[in-house]
Amino acid sequence: MDLTLKIWRQKDSKSSGKFVIYPLKNISPNCSFLEMLDILNEELIGRNEDPVVFDHDCREGICGMCSLYINGRPHGPDDAVTACQLHMRKFKDGDTIVIEPWRARPFPVIKDLMVDRSAFDKIIQEGGYISVNTGGAAEANNILVGKENSELSMDAAACIGCGACVAACKNASAMLFVSAKISQFALLPQGQIEAKQRVKKMVKKMDELGFGNCTNTYACEAECPKLISRSNIARMNREFMCAKVI
Amino acid sequence: MNSSFLQFSSITKKIWMAFLGLFLMIFLVVHLGINLCLLRDDGGAWFTAAAHFMGTNYIVKVFEIVLFAGFILHILLGIILQVQNWMARPVRYMVSNKTYTPFLSKYMIYTGGIVLIFLITHFMNFYFIKLGWISNPNITPEGEPDFYIIAQQLFAMPLYSILYIVLFIVLGFHLNQAFQAAWQTLGVNHPQYNTCIQRFGTFYAIVVPLGFIIIPIYFLLIR
Amino acid sequence: MAELNSKIPKGPLTSKWTHYKDHQNLVNPSNKRKLDIIIVGTGLAGAAAASSLGEMGFNVKIFCYQDSPRRAHSIAAQGGINAAKNYPNDGDSIYRLFYDTIKGGDYRAREANVYRLAEVSNNIIDQCVAQGVPFAREYGGSLENRSFGGAQVSRTFFARGQTGQQLLLGAYSALSRQIKLGTVKLYERHEMMDVVIVDGKARGIIARDLITGKLERHFGHAVIVATGGYGNVFYLSTNAMGSNTSAIWQIFKKGAWFANPCFTQIHPTCIPVHGDYQSKLTLMSESLRNDGRIWVPKRKEDAAAHRSGKLKANDIAEENRDYFLERRYPAFGNLVPRDVASRAAKERCDAGFGVGSTGLAVFLDFRESIGRLGKNVIEERYGNLFQMYEKIVDENPYENPMMIYPAVHYTMGGTWVDYELQTSVTGLFAAGEANFSDHGANRLGASALMQGLADGYFVLPYTIQNYLAGEIRVARMSTDKAEFAEAEKAVKARLEKLMTVKGSKSVDHFHKELGKIMWEYVGMARNETGLKKAIELIKKLRAEFWKDVKIPGTMQELNVELEKANRVADFLELGELLAYDALNRNESCGGHFREEYQTEEGECKRNDEDYKYVAAWEYVSEGQFKLHKEELAYEEIEVKQRVYK
Repeated sequence: MDLTLKIWRQKDSKSSGKFVIYPLKNISPNCSFLEMLDILNEELIGRNEDPVVFDHDCREGICGMCSLYINGRPHGPDDAVTACQLHMRKFKDGDTIVIEPWRARPFPVIKDLMVDRSAFDKIIQEGGYISVNTGGAAEANNILVGKENSELSMDAAACIGCGACVAACKNASAMLFVSAKISQFALLPQGQIEAKQRVKKMVKKMDELGFGNCTNTYACEAECPKLISRSNIARMNREFMCAKVI
Repeated sequence: MNSSFLQFSSITKKIWMAFLGLFLMIFLVVHLGINLCLLRDDGGAWFTAAAHFMGTNYIVKVFEIVLFAGFILHILLGIILQVQNWMARPVRYMVSNKTYTPFLSKYMIYTGGIVLIFLITHFMNFYFIKLGWISNPNITPEGEPDFYIIAQQLFAMPLYSILYIVLFIVLGFHLNQAFQAAWQTLGVNHPQYNTCIQRFGTFYAIVVPLGFIIIPIYFLLIR
Repeated sequence: MAELNSKIPKGPLTSKWTHYKDHQNLVNPSNKRKLDIIIVGTGLAGAAAASSLGEMGFNVKIFCYQDSPRRAHSIAAQGGINAAKNYPNDGDSIYRLFYDTIKGGDYRAREANVYRLAEVSNNIIDQCVAQGVPFAREYGGSLENRSFGGAQVSRTFFARGQTGQQLLLGAYSALSRQIKLGTVKLYERHEMMDVVIVDGKARGIIARDLITGKLERHFGHAVIVATGGYGNVFYLSTNAMGSNTSAIWQIFKKGAWFANPCFTQIHPTCIPVHGDYQSKLTLMSESLRNDGRIWVPKRKEDAAAHRSGKLKANDIAEENRDYFLERRYPAFGNLVPRDVASRAAKERCDAGFGVGSTGLAVFLDFRESIGRLGKNVIEERYGNLFQMYEKIVDENPYENPMMIYPAVHYTMGGTWVDYELQTSVTGLFAAGEANFSDHGANRLGASALMQGLADGYFVLPYTIQNYLAGEIRVARMSTDKAEFAEAEKAVKARLEKLMTVKGSKSVDHFHKELGKIMWEYVGMARNETGLKKAIELIKKLRAEFWKDVKIPGTMQELNVELEKANRVADFLELGELLAYDALNRNESCGGHFREEYQTEEGECKRNDEDYKYVAAWEYVSEGQFKLHKEELAYEEIEVKQRVYK
């Protein structure tokens, strides 16, 4: 298939960027979206041009590196996949594909389509853990966790930290990401001891970093490649209220 | 408590927003009850009596202050949240977002804004008259403003009535999204109750505005 | 050069580790904060070591090339993690886990290391549960286990099909806590370019800030390399795109010997290659073989018709299907170990029975189990895998059989380390997949996660202290030292050399060519002529690379092509060593199969007489390597032939 790509090019974080149009021919529909970009880059290198920079690593939808806003949707037109698992058969011959980086104040563009998501790490560093030192752990089966809660905790823990929720949200809110981590621990007995501190600190950091507020459009949930539910946001709000009031 | 809204965390602001929204929804039902008195073909006797009660009862007067504060806070918080939200994405996308989201859920600030504009005209027509800030020649024998006549006059204007109807449709959309969103914000999200909340919200968002809409239709077409 | 001394503690196997810990040297708390440790890599081993050492009070600097420690490729492990908890009461024990691991590794692993691994396996589960890793649970709330290849007991703990992710996020959160506390400093988007050696001891690294392109010098009293395996030498593998050998190759050149490079694991159930543009192979969990039957057409004309698209798999009659694993290995059937299943599939494809557009695929058919158990049972068990398959291949695996083919997955070989995980360079340690220590010639499923975390949480924090106890008098060195300057100069020179080639072919071109050579001659089945040819071809390709590679941009900026070129340059050297080692090992064992050394039925023929050793290679000069042999002594275990018939 033949395509027209319209890609955001930006030399570095300080430069201003612009869209550049690249025609691309003979792309196999079985090609993944990132492989299509690889082919474009091969052509660009052949023409002595700078290849398009984009984040990617595992290419099997689990590392959370890839971060492309494709035709108005984070990770593109398919549901429940990351860009690396999106295939060209989801597009039509002759399509124009606009590729933009994630846009959010806490995610500044580094180059082209690559953004800095260390804000997520900073939120986790505030309290996205259970404070236990290596070696001091008790026998594992001393902590019993009901199957239902354990499954719900796993649902939340499946977050890959890609940032699609922030990219999709009209407010660039990180509530889904933060709530997934809060929920994972809130649903486990191990997480109770620090629960109040955790939610307060993580929410504070999230606000400080300049993410927007949640306005319940649920775009985050709709675009999450791991189908993290908005019920986690409700749970975080609950945890937050308890932490503040009680 | 902190002195500035800006220092509250995003979630605190949202929780207040939700509480106030739900509170205003209760108020709306009371207001509808009074308005529906207009439909009684009694020359405005019930309506005037209700307006008299609302204007003179001390408990109501206290609540009036609470209500007013509620309105202002809800609007103010809405604006602050929106400004912060705009600031969170200084560079916009070229292709606007195509993600599936519930109908008009992205436009709460705009539907809210439209409601605010109406609210101001509504205050000018009724509330400020009651407070005596604006004078009005229509006065009841007891010397109070005759809101029945005022309402009649307003609804007699087709343009006003149509705008009134449109406004309540917009409010309906605002409320449809708002009701379930408020519960979500307050942490009430459970597979067992979600559908119930959603349906009640939609029911409310249809029935209450419809109740308001009937009145101009009645005045325009039937009377 | 250092002597080959594995430093295995004396005494009976079961008490070696306890004895070691009881008698090792320790560093007192006030001295710990005066000691700096550099860790490269934030996967299970790196993150676990960094958090543990940070907690103990050492100053840790940790480096990763990704944008966050949470991206390390440990995250992609699906199946689970083994531990000898014996919760199901099915007769498991530390000894059994130890035994299964040695046997699975085809008797090419060190007894003492593997026993220690089995010993600490239980602590890992305790630690991870305490961290809040959401392992699968029984209804009563206790931990659930499942069974995995190569074992007769259920000892695998899992978190759906994302065990690696959950364990890594556990280690990442512990690491994040230490970063917040200030004991660990994180350098993300930094790549280690070289190790710095001062007076024979590793004292730091040269790292490149991938965003600015600046070279940085970092001092550490000790350096830990935990950068994973080198599977990407085959270009197409289940590894992440950025996984590379550069760190372990640079330390190899500085004196850290490389052990058993030819022990590479090929995973039988991957989605087949579909085109030249392909960048990555996707693994489908081994668990699929529990219910799927593997087959190819019996008749060549059917296979040919399927390749050309004229015949559908479902139209091939039952009597014309060859369930070759069941035919060859009636006892284990479709559940033979990874290496055996992979070779059998390749054999059929090479013989002209392969299917799919490329002819490099075999069927994995669920028709029978769907008929027996119902579609919903299969969906419950493998739903996410079936969905992933459908996303990638665009074919419904409930209706049509899956097509699969083996792919490079894991590398058992790696930097040679002694019992303390110290390499042949003093003060330089290697952990996780980067070292060679525990899996012998073949790794069992669910053992990689176990080893990574064992090294990071429970082994290194002890053994590195034993080394650092002798370093407490060494003050922090200035990075202005001549050794640092020289190392940086050498790195700069190499990068400049890459930039000045200004040839005509992209880095990927060379990487793909190398991959083809490796897969063809050094892949699943190797022989002397092929290996010799591979060595020649790799030498030629390497020469061409340095003459004709094309890298746009400059060194002083974010330059992805330069990063790749630097890695491929190392792969081009490693590929040769891999072939050398395969050529040297005149036997077939585990993941290493030499066609000359097979039984009449085509099975591995091990040669314990001549090759029961670890081949530790020393770098002499480019293309010149010196072999050191570490004889493997089996005191506890009787060395036997692996039989799965």
